[in-house]
Amino acid sequence: MLQALIPATRLLLVLTVLCGIAYPLVVTGVAQLVFPHQARGSLIVQDDRVVGSELIGRSFVGPGWFHSRPSATAPAPYNAAASGASNAAPTRRAFIDEVKARIEGLRAENPDAAGPVPVELVTASGSGLDPDLTPAGALFQVPRIAKLRGIGAEQLRGLVAEFTEGRTLGLFGQPRVKVLRLNLELDKRWPLPK
Amino acid sequence: MTTQGWLEIALYLATVTGLALALGLYLAQVFQGKPTWATPAAAPVERLIFRLAGVDPAQEQHWTHYAGSVLAFTLVGILLLYGLMRVQDWLPLNPDGQAAVAPDLAFNTAVSFATNTNWQNYGGESAMSYFTQMAGLTVQNFQSAAAGLAVAVAVARGFARRSTRSVGNFWVDLVRAVLYLLLPASVIFALFLVGQGVPQTLGGAVVATGLDGVTQSIARGPVASQEAIKLLGTNGGGFFNVNSAHPFENPTPLANFAEMVALLVIPASLVVMFGRMVGDLRQGFALYAAMGVLLLAGLAVCYGAEAAGNPALTHLGIAPGGSLEGKEVRFGVVESVLFAVATTVTSCGAVNAMHDSFTALGGLVPLVNMMLGEVVFGGVGSGLYGMLVFVLVTVFIAGLMVGRTPEYLGKKIEAREIKLAVLSLLFFPLSVLGLSALSLVLPDGVASVGAPGPHGLSEAVYAYASATANNGSAFAGYNGNTLYANSLLGLAMLVGRFSVIIPVLAIAGALAAKKTIPPSAGTFPTHGILFVVLLVAVVLVVGGLTFFPVLALGPVAEHLAQASGRLF
Repeated sequence: MLQALIPATRLLLVLTVLCGIAYPLVVTGVAQLVFPHQARGSLIVQDDRVVGSELIGRSFVGPGWFHSRPSATAPAPYNAAASGASNAAPTRRAFIDEVKARIEGLRAENPDAAGPVPVELVTASGSGLDPDLTPAGALFQVPRIAKLRGIGAEQLRGLVAEFTEGRTLGLFGQPRVKVLRLNLELDKRWPLPK
Repeated sequence: MTTQGWLEIALYLATVTGLALALGLYLAQVFQGKPTWATPAAAPVERLIFRLAGVDPAQEQHWTHYAGSVLAFTLVGILLLYGLMRVQDWLPLNPDGQAAVAPDLAFNTAVSFATNTNWQNYGGESAMSYFTQMAGLTVQNFQSAAAGLAVAVAVARGFARRSTRSVGNFWVDLVRAVLYLLLPASVIFALFLVGQGVPQTLGGAVVATGLDGVTQSIARGPVASQEAIKLLGTNGGGFFNVNSAHPFENPTPLANFAEMVALLVIPASLVVMFGRMVGDLRQGFALYAAMGVLLLAGLAVCYGAEAAGNPALTHLGIAPGGSLEGKEVRFGVVESVLFAVATTVTSCGAVNAMHDSFTALGGLVPLVNMMLGEVVFGGVGSGLYGMLVFVLVTVFIAGLMVGRTPEYLGKKIEAREIKLAVLSLLFFPLSVLGLSALSLVLPDGVASVGAPGPHGLSEAVYAYASATANNGSAFAGYNGNTLYANSLLGLAMLVGRFSVIIPVLAIAGALAAKKTIPPSAGTFPTHGILFVVLLVAVVLVVGGLTFFPVLALGPVAEHLAQASGRLF
């Protein structure tokens, strides 16, 4: 083993240059040329200001916006500099109590919402940065937002339908709505009354 | 469970199998030194690398030298990576100003990446500089996978060769694994991922100001280049804390499907390569069938449990559809389950959902997959050589039943080989159960447990099973970043890696030295259904029964509690 240390060291250094420096830099160069938007993080810019990334969820606190899922990142929800999950055990009392509290909170915020509470609105995502809701999760919030913005619920449901992405090729993934995109459009079409 | 879900699972397995067939035949060409379509481009680079490294590619190695080279290469890999992390604050490409990594965490991480485990006791975006991610972690992602592949090739040669003292040249096998497979595949896959939305930039975190005026700092980096090899090399070490659940690591369902294919395809192809190298593809297909059966069994249980959801939640009057705690909306239940099973039958350990929040039975499956010793396709290389150990035990047991000296692929399997095989099988439960037990007794170990009740036991056992099996996924409520856990988990990874590599190389050496005997009427055929059934039974009995008591106390007890509405 000792006599192998010399070729091992030399080979490791050569492969570090190849796989650790040349490879990522070449990929970076090509990516920046071919997919500049994605390579920089799919940022959404409005009025020369970065308002977020298409792919990264964020909190919306006011009742006039669609709310994202609960997020377990620390120290605050949707901390995109430190992703995280609750890792709550399914039989943990504190976790079940927390979900109960979220259900009560949602019901109180959305008194006119029909049907059962969509699961994702009361459970925290794996990343803490989930950008999506299911269509049901967005529709659940429609009566509240429609009332606040003074528009018809039907119009708002139309907006959700318009922004719903289906399964890729009809097979992969789940139908979903990007909350940030939806809220940006919401503010554009029907600004909140001052 | 839905038809759409099963359809996607079927498409997944068909895609992996189709690609594995083509790739397996290609890899057999590469490692038998025959020309391939890649040779004109790769051969000059290969020669240059050998010259720079001072390696004579024509020199064949005895198994002891081969093993010594693997050990030496892993050792210098650990030292270099450890050093990089300790001084990363002085090095370039650190736009977010990460501090030097603490010694115990750096030890754990260096061992973790060099042994192809990729257990992570840190969040990448808040602990590692871009330079460390690229020149440190990415490099070991390549090298640990290539080393595992090399060992598998040496073992295949042990079966294929006769009356010789050598099993190949480690340096040549290692470099070929990188140049002919891992590097070109990673370039293509990385660019595909960027197209799907995975960032690839040297720019630091960007601050976004939302509609409500609230700012959000969004971590980025050279993610795609690391993501590609993380999956292809069954490494599993994420750029970000939450791994492939992070929208920047795994932005779309299509990217997710491709990532799942990438993490299984090379281990699957090595089984085909093995069949070709020993001159009988049916032998490879028999192993493939045994692995496939074990994968599907786990998948059915896990999917059923997660689709049914957590009874404690369904009683609260929320919409049916399974628990989404720790899962992402874009993947839902089926793609989270499929990823969890694929990542734990292989030794990948990347996750797109948090296993710790799975239902009791849903979480049992990833744990059992690892406890079987990562032989259901397993890691790049390690899955094949691990499964061959079980094959030797199976033919031995079959031989005992009929009272004949066991044979496999024309080689007599004698006392030495069986002793070595059993030795490698014994270290695994010893490390998993011994270190878990110790960590559940010592206060320093107990401090890491996050969940109350039987789930707490599952968390600790999961950690040591994951480390020893070189998987790297976690029940992440377990806090591994303590001096105690960093040290013990690091030890478990080393034991898990080398307690198999050294015995299997010794077996390869012993087999290569033997003559090949032609099959006779009394030879037990190892390509038929009977053999597949026996092999599956041996894997389940040896792997499963050893761990049955601890599983009963952990996930099974939790399942019974869950069914009766008991909380902790």
